Amino acid sequence: MKIVLIQILLIVVVIAVVARLFRSRGARAQAIRRLGLLLFAAFAVVSILFPSVWNRIAQLVGVGRGTDMVLYALVVAFLSFTVTTYLRFRDLETRYTKLARRLALDEAAVQYPASGGDLGDVLDEPGGRD
Amino acid sequence: MQDTWFVIPLFNEEQVIADVVRDVRRTFPHVVCVDDGSSDGSAAAADAAGAVVVRHPVNLGQGAALQTGFEYALSDPGMRWVVTFDADGQHQVSDVLEMLEKARAENLDVVFGSRFLDQRTKAGALKKLVLRMAVAYTNLTTKTRLTDAHNGLRVINRDVVSRLSITQNRMAHASELVAQIGALDIRYGESPVHVLYTDYSRSKGQSLWNAVNILVELILR
Repeated sequence: MKIVLIQILLIVVVIAVVARLFRSRGARAQAIRRLGLLLFAAFAVVSILFPSVWNRIAQLVGVGRGTDMVLYALVVAFLSFTVTTYLRFRDLETRYTKLARRLALDEAAVQYPASGGDLGDVLDEPGGRD
Repeated sequence: MQDTWFVIPLFNEEQVIADVVRDVRRTFPHVVCVDDGSSDGSAAAADAAGAVVVRHPVNLGQGAALQTGFEYALSDPGMRWVVTFDADGQHQVSDVLEMLEKARAENLDVVFGSRFLDQRTKAGALKKLVLRMAVAYTNLTTKTRLTDAHNGLRVINRDVVSRLSITQNRMAHASELVAQIGALDIRYGESPVHVLYTDYSRSKGQSLWNAVNILVELILR
């Protein structure tokens, strides 16, 4: 029956991490990620000095061994890393697309001056002009 | 005809693009091909056939190419209609004429082409099933009611084009476009089109596995 506790806990953490990463980007999310990393590093030092700390946590939440606990923690960390990286690449891609589009349209305006017209003001806003 | 711009995303279609552009230009003089970083002679072939070629410096994806084409078309103040058209010769100019006529007659802002309103298009059973599921998903997640959401043939008026902003660079752009149009308070309709699956287009066409990729791109946005 005790194993149910860790299952619930892990599922909640996974959903929370994903929801968090989906909802907010920007300064606050970045700060939280960095604080999380700092805590993680501090805890790593503690657990190196006192390996038994994992066993105690594991017993507290109902997992048998500390090694299992480490594995679960790793799964969660890896999952959040994957999602963050994906979203970061998406942001990067959006910027890079805008840059490439601007280049392409500017070149076309030079190459086909008759049909092109004035592209400058179209590009200022994402939706173009009316 | 002068007020209509054909937007054709172009990626490695050297063999067929010149014929497609010439065929379109017999009826519609304004064609912009957005060359999405082709490694073959596609851009030169399109240019020689009389199209305006806007060249992406690197490959960005079909969705990005469409958005670039829209922005180019908007730079012509005389543009009233944009037609999105495939580079591989699957679409018919005669269908576009009917779609434009329907848009004018029924005062529609957007007309989507649909393969499933008549029996002309011959697609395999599995392809049909996947396309039907894609439509069901699109209808479920947007406010639109369509019979074919992943058809590259569309007629869109200037006002709507200026309000679209496609950010899905790869294949999920079709669903994104439908969703954005569904969110606008405009009139849209569907018109039957004949999508011609030749050996060439079949060999170039997207794999059905892409349905999975599209779904992931739509969920993780």
